[in-house]
Amino acid sequence: MATGTEPPPSTHPRPSSGVRGAGRAAIAAPHLRTDRWWLAPAATAAGLLAFIVYSTWRAFANADYYAAPYVSPFYSPCLAENCRPMHAGPNADVFGGWWGISPAIIILIFPLGFRLTCYYYRKAYYRGFWASPPACAVAEPHTKYTGETRFPLILQNIHRYFFYAAILVAGILTYDTVLSFRDEHYAWGHMGLGTLVFLLNITLIWAYTISCHSCRHIVGGKLKHFSRHPVRYRAWQFVGRLNARHMLLAWASLVSVALADFYVYLVASGVFDDPRFF
Amino acid sequence: MSVVDRQEWDVVVVGAGGAGLRAAIEARERGARTAVICKSLFGKAHTVMAEGGIAAAMANANEHDNWRVHFRDTLRGGKFLNQWRMAELHAQEAPDRVWELETWGALFDRTADGRISQRNFGGHEYPRLAHVGDRTGLELIRTLQQKIVSLQQEDHRETGDYESRLKVFQECTVTRILKDGSRVSGVFAYERETGRFFVLQAPSVVIATGGIGKSFKVTSNSWEYTGDGHALALLAGAPLLNMEFVQFHPTGMVWPPSVKGILVTESVRGDGGVLRNSEGERFMFDYVPDVFKEKYAESEEEGDRWYEDPDHNRRPPELLPRDEVARAINAEVKAGRGSPHGGVFLDVSTRMPAEVIRRRLPSMYHQFKELADVDITAEAMEVGPTCHYVMGGIAVDSDTAAARGVPGLFAAGEVAGGMHGSNRLGGNSLSDLLVFGRRAGLHAAGHAAAAATGRPLVDDAQVDAAAAEALRPFSAEAAGEEPATGPAENPYSVHQELQQTMNDLVGIIRRESEMKQALLRLAQLRIRARRAGVEGHRQFNPGWHLALDLRNMLLVSECVARAALERTESRGGHTREDHPAMKRAWRNVNLLCRLADPADGPAAAGPEDGRIRLERQTTDPIRPDLLALFEKEELVKYLTEEELYE
Amino acid sequence: MSSYDAHFRVWRGDVEGGDLEDFTIEVNDGEVVLDIVHRIQSTQAPDLAVRWNCKAGKCGSCSAEINGRPRLMCMTRMSVFDRAETITVTPLRAFPVIRDLVTDVGFNYHKAREVPAFVPPEGVGPGEYRMFQEDVERSQEFRKCIECFLCQDVCHVVRDHEENKTAFAGPRFLMRVAELDMHPLDAAEESGLDRKRAAQDEHGLGYCNITKCCTEVCPEGIRITDNALIPLKERAVDRKYDPLVWLGSKIRRRPS
Repeated sequence: MATGTEPPPSTHPRPSSGVRGAGRAAIAAPHLRTDRWWLAPAATAAGLLAFIVYSTWRAFANADYYAAPYVSPFYSPCLAENCRPMHAGPNADVFGGWWGISPAIIILIFPLGFRLTCYYYRKAYYRGFWASPPACAVAEPHTKYTGETRFPLILQNIHRYFFYAAILVAGILTYDTVLSFRDEHYAWGHMGLGTLVFLLNITLIWAYTISCHSCRHIVGGKLKHFSRHPVRYRAWQFVGRLNARHMLLAWASLVSVALADFYVYLVASGVFDDPRFF
Repeated sequence: MSVVDRQEWDVVVVGAGGAGLRAAIEARERGARTAVICKSLFGKAHTVMAEGGIAAAMANANEHDNWRVHFRDTLRGGKFLNQWRMAELHAQEAPDRVWELETWGALFDRTADGRISQRNFGGHEYPRLAHVGDRTGLELIRTLQQKIVSLQQEDHRETGDYESRLKVFQECTVTRILKDGSRVSGVFAYERETGRFFVLQAPSVVIATGGIGKSFKVTSNSWEYTGDGHALALLAGAPLLNMEFVQFHPTGMVWPPSVKGILVTESVRGDGGVLRNSEGERFMFDYVPDVFKEKYAESEEEGDRWYEDPDHNRRPPELLPRDEVARAINAEVKAGRGSPHGGVFLDVSTRMPAEVIRRRLPSMYHQFKELADVDITAEAMEVGPTCHYVMGGIAVDSDTAAARGVPGLFAAGEVAGGMHGSNRLGGNSLSDLLVFGRRAGLHAAGHAAAAATGRPLVDDAQVDAAAAEALRPFSAEAAGEEPATGPAENPYSVHQELQQTMNDLVGIIRRESEMKQALLRLAQLRIRARRAGVEGHRQFNPGWHLALDLRNMLLVSECVARAALERTESRGGHTREDHPAMKRAWRNVNLLCRLADPADGPAAAGPEDGRIRLERQTTDPIRPDLLALFEKEELVKYLTEEELYE
Repeated sequence: MSSYDAHFRVWRGDVEGGDLEDFTIEVNDGEVVLDIVHRIQSTQAPDLAVRWNCKAGKCGSCSAEINGRPRLMCMTRMSVFDRAETITVTPLRAFPVIRDLVTDVGFNYHKAREVPAFVPPEGVGPGEYRMFQEDVERSQEFRKCIECFLCQDVCHVVRDHEENKTAFAGPRFLMRVAELDMHPLDAAEESGLDRKRAAQDEHGLGYCNITKCCTEVCPEGIRITDNALIPLKERAVDRKYDPLVWLGSKIRRRPS
């Protein structure tokens, strides 16, 4: 054949599109994979679902999110009048008294948006929830597909702005972690098990945030000539190394943020007292 | 019967490897409407297998390098049998051809100051090979392919048709060159996909089909290398030159059996890899021939120092030209000092950190890991000689790449002979493709323009004969012209026997009795190949394609065997056990192969008379200013007294 | 050396139809799937159509689907399979079949032509190109591509939706756009060609939902999604969805 692309005349028009469509090799099965291809999307979906259930409960609970000196990352910063007073904590009555429901909702928009538009999570939920595709070379059930070319999915492109917001949120959570070096009487120079949980969480949150593809682009990826920007080149390489583990960090930080919240919940609801080291 | 589709073109290029694409680009840029025909998909040519680099004296890595040094190395490597004018043009033009690739988007590895990095290779005095890791051939092909696409985009903007001036007919095979009297008038081809025949009429045809390796059992060559271009030229009346010179690359994989022969790039040695026998000895120090004694290190210490300080030390003998290394490995294995699977050890693991190996030899690392389950950063590779390249080929005019005796026929790349003499240096192949591909395209376009009035005509009888020949395998049992002598032959079995014959009897070390035996076997195979039959129909039928390719492989194999029998000396890629020395009297002798019966149709002659006639020819004396580049003492080893005094 | 008989199911047929055909065939130590297909061809089915070339993973011709996964036949070792397992080999399922294991990959050549070529910088002659290793490395990774088209085959955008073939270039050719956009000397912008915008407007970058199957199947291990497609999406964002840039362009355009 010449490099021309005239499709061969099809004599047996078959109704369906895709792998069983006209012109393609006539194979009835939507896929011939023999491995457990469904395991990864199923596990992903289960994991995400578990987090959604947990975080929805906690976000709307509007209770047990502060046990001095720890504030749940779900409620930080706390931006309404109905927030619990936290001594030198991340309180700022920006919204005032009209906000009636849980103040977590205000701030959770940002980390939620960051993760929702994250390039890794997109892959995870497109595969896990939307089966588009369920796994590689496994036919997807949808008859039409336009990807991220139109509303609403075209909005995925605003990931970068959520990244900026995520930096701010991570900064505040860092502040919260610093505050956790106090005891329940707000005296500095103490440390408990919760401090460790917070340290772990904030490390993973930063690692996840910094390893973001948008971050990689902004620090250096957008450049044409690395050789003219040696510092940004080094930064790009560093972010690139983290970025290679973006999936791992996405999951690890998701678990750690839930864990940090759950720890605060346990202490705040009096299940046990925070073990203090000093 | 001639109802086959016909198209008019100015230049038809047969083959879409480096030489073919470079020729097509040149011809199109010179204004000729150009068609390219290739057996595989566009961009899959065997050139992608080239790993090491493109030799060009750009002097980026060592400022002392220039074309004269490159010329000298090339002639030394070829043992002074090279068509010297080709070697001269090649050395002079290679840098321009490499730089031009950059303007088409190629991305070579860089030096610290931003120029093209150059690496060491066997037989090259200075680091000279422009490279991209160990996938230089892929970069070359992709760059040329993308340049073709960009020309097509230009044409599309102007004419609305991508293929108005430059078209690639992929997955098509040419089976005959058509002629109008002595002149080329076009090609007869079939589409592999459909089996449909077609004719491209053109006053100029460039043959750039590569080599013949598929006639040998252990080879680094792909299935395409069936000597098509060699056979097409022969059948069209053009002579082949010095077909006895076949290069066995010293380092092919030897295990597992299914990948036996696949290439292990010479860069492994260029970057520090060493050869050891089963006793752990670096045996190459024992195999430095007299003509190279002064140029190579005498101790391991000196050889090792050379990688860091090449100006004050001599290079290790692992970097001798390929023929020397291949023979040495062969001798070690014969002496019982081989590796478990019949090769020797090539080791980089003790010479470089694992990280460096993975960075500098990524595809070798990958290849051994995936295919042999060997981690080359931790253990030695097992390697042995593999049929790699044919130095012989279509006899061409050095400047124009025009085949001798057939106006309108041009040849470039591996299929053309002369450039590399009796042995090719690594890296000189890719530069050869570019330099002579361009020249072939240039002169083919010129020839076509000159023939604009009075284009040669395609003869219907030739088209009919070609069609009948191509259809023969479908009616093998009922072969009309001969008494039926049994059921149809399986083309795959004939092919396997041919490969075994060439490997065993006309291989790396040759003996008179064996080659005579080989000629007999080839004659028998020729008869059997005539009865090679196929099942099924013409649509993408590999059995049929192979049955047709057998004609070419048999013709070319006969050329190799006959020429090898004739040349009673050892030189470069031709080693005679019964005539182990290089003889100065043979230095200026070319062996030309021609079809014994020029009017030969598809029918084969009887078993005893071969189809090939040999002819001796004395080469042109080397131009004095070029000879002056060598020391007298060196020339004495190669040239006869008379040549020296002239 | 140990050899055994393996069970193979190979799809045979053409555009009119076809089916999986069973073969029992000898397998020896160290062999790959392509060796077995060749053995079937030389002993049981001489007209079995299969594309191949280098048999060393360098040319990208022998792409097929083995047990439902797009792979190169020459780089799939038999030792990865259980000896009792039946091995199914089919042609690429995203492209029109021609015969047996051979498909019409013309789609890819068509798309290759739609990507504007490298634009050489003005005033820089051959031999004067100066580029630094760190600047060429990104594009060099993409140029490792052997054009096996496994990424094009596995990508659900066209595999499952024939109608998207006109609008979507596929991972291989979006990667080509990225390669050129990251080329240190490409002068497309100076010549009025915006590759970042074209990636989205002409080559269908928005169809990609970064589900990474292209990266998963790439025999060269090119990180297509992370290093080419996502950076390209980010570059398109620079052009089209960055409100600051958008505002700037509005302000600059107003005086005219």
